[in-house]
Amino acid sequence: MVKWRIERQAAPVWVRPIIPLVSIVVTFLLTAVLLVLAKADPFVAFYNFLIAPLSDSSSAIEVLVKSTPLLFTGASVTFAFAAGYWNIGAEGQLLAGAIAAAGMGILVKGVLPVLAIPLMVISGFTAGMAWALIPALLKIKLAVDEVVTTLLMNTIIAFLVSFLLNGVWRDPVSGWPQSPNIADEAVFPKLIPLSRLHLGFIIAWIVIGITWVVLKRSALGLRMRSVGLGQDAARFAGVNINRTMLIAALVSGGIAGIAGVSEVAGIQFHLIDTISPGYGYTGIIAAMLGGLNPLGVSLASLFIGLIETGAQSVSWATGVPIYLGNVVEAALLLVTLSMLLIQNYRIRRA
Amino acid sequence: METFLIGLIAATLRVATPLIFGTLGELISERAGVLNLGIEGTMFMGAFAGFAIAAKSGSLWVGLLGAVLAGMLAGLLMGLLTVRLGLSQHVSGLGMTLLLTGLALFLFRVVFGESSSQPKITPFPTLEPFGNIPILGPITEQYALTYIAFLLIPVLWWLIYRTSFGLQIRAAGENPEAADAAGVNVFRTRYIALALAGGLMSAGGAFLSIAQLGSFTFGIINGRGWVCIALIIFANWKPVRVLFGALLFGGVSALQLRLQATGAQLPYELFLALPYLVTILALTLAGRNASAPAALLKPYRRE
Repeated sequence: MVKWRIERQAAPVWVRPIIPLVSIVVTFLLTAVLLVLAKADPFVAFYNFLIAPLSDSSSAIEVLVKSTPLLFTGASVTFAFAAGYWNIGAEGQLLAGAIAAAGMGILVKGVLPVLAIPLMVISGFTAGMAWALIPALLKIKLAVDEVVTTLLMNTIIAFLVSFLLNGVWRDPVSGWPQSPNIADEAVFPKLIPLSRLHLGFIIAWIVIGITWVVLKRSALGLRMRSVGLGQDAARFAGVNINRTMLIAALVSGGIAGIAGVSEVAGIQFHLIDTISPGYGYTGIIAAMLGGLNPLGVSLASLFIGLIETGAQSVSWATGVPIYLGNVVEAALLLVTLSMLLIQNYRIRRA
Repeated sequence: METFLIGLIAATLRVATPLIFGTLGELISERAGVLNLGIEGTMFMGAFAGFAIAAKSGSLWVGLLGAVLAGMLAGLLMGLLTVRLGLSQHVSGLGMTLLLTGLALFLFRVVFGESSSQPKITPFPTLEPFGNIPILGPITEQYALTYIAFLLIPVLWWLIYRTSFGLQIRAAGENPEAADAAGVNVFRTRYIALALAGGLMSAGGAFLSIAQLGSFTFGIINGRGWVCIALIIFANWKPVRVLFGALLFGGVSALQLRLQATGAQLPYELFLALPYLVTILALTLAGRNASAPAALLKPYRRE
């Protein structure tokens, strides 16, 4: 009889590319249990989940639309996590950017779009950065844990949004809690007529590209990654840890802020309190699934966009609650992280 | 003025209740060496499970028990990820919160459908041990779960500082290698701590749905889990000081509720944000002297 034993040693190279595929299969097997609970046929559901969204061009475009905010928040989280700064505040920084965009969008009436659109992006970046500044300063000056403060800041700004929408920005005509529509000059142009795909998608890819260059090809990126890997070694090598972390935190906040601009200027055209159904948190999933590599993060964002579109179509086709999408995304994160451990092991004949 | 103060104290105790459950849970988990960011989702799941099970079984106590069991299961899953597999506690915890939140929303729709009317149950009644006695009567008119929460503080103090299991928890959180060498099963200790923690967090969430509100809303937890994580730092990982943190947050929250009730013309959203701002401020003041368990965030591996 052949005996096998497991050794702690790097797995063969061919294991690595199949880990994501195995993770996806395992995740869907686990969620099949929920589909049975919801009295839906798993095969019909999975068809609608993964195949239907890609089978016609309008829903395939919708996948790209849904992935747009995640490309931003995924890049944002990657920027911070790579430097070992646990910014869980992308959600709040996104809202800060959305507030700025709603305000700037009103101000730029009459300004040429070539100027108005950069102004929108800059205002969102600045607002996201400003909202990220407080936890970052508390972290580097007073050693207050950034995980807790960024999370609390998310709740605080959600109240601020609701304060604005029920106060100064309440729609005077309908009385709905939504800000006045932004000027036409500030609206992101559509990439494909009659679809929802807008300029934000292009900007998102530019941001992904810049994130890749900074992280992988610049001295700053090297410093950031060295801090992320180990502060003691980085300090020994002469890296200014506080400065590096501050930059990572602020740029991360700024990128998340652009996500808010993109949703306001490309999709909603005004601020509403449901502007983000948790894009900041889903960005963490995208960043981790992408292995904190901007290119991986972009693929993960597209895949999550597919899941979100799929959840919509499953819901229409079988009546399964749309929240199945949220469960699949979170389960995929946890399953993938667990599966990645396999690459540390090798099975040998004893 | 007197009725205002009495109302304020009574409301403070009520608002502090879910925070005490959550913070005590997180305390056990962190003292054993695991930061459980799954708390927000566990409280949300507890609120859902308590409500759904109470609604379907017709018994509030069965609902509470169901919520505690669901929370313990969530704690064990967190244990599988962080204790057995040694994954990042930050990422696993956030993943747990996202998973449990999605799962609770999904199951809520499966159980109660898409109906536009909010399903409701008759919540726990309040206890009135001192009846109509002035001052004491209205202050002590609280839910049984509030009494249980305050009783749990000395119980947890005793568990952590006066029992051998508490010693094992502290050892696993401070120096797992030494604990292991002394014959403590670090893995088992952390698993049990996480299960207990999950049960407590979940009970805190269930308090909101089956005692205070009698319904389940999507914003029912609204960052209370994150507040608990902050309160731990404020309490410097000590059970008795959890009381002060919870009363501080509860007091500020109760004050804004009371001021609203008096009809003060102030934007209520800013009042709602006030306790969270005070929490950050308190953290800033406590931050420097905070002393976390030495092995917090570090997965333990037997070589």
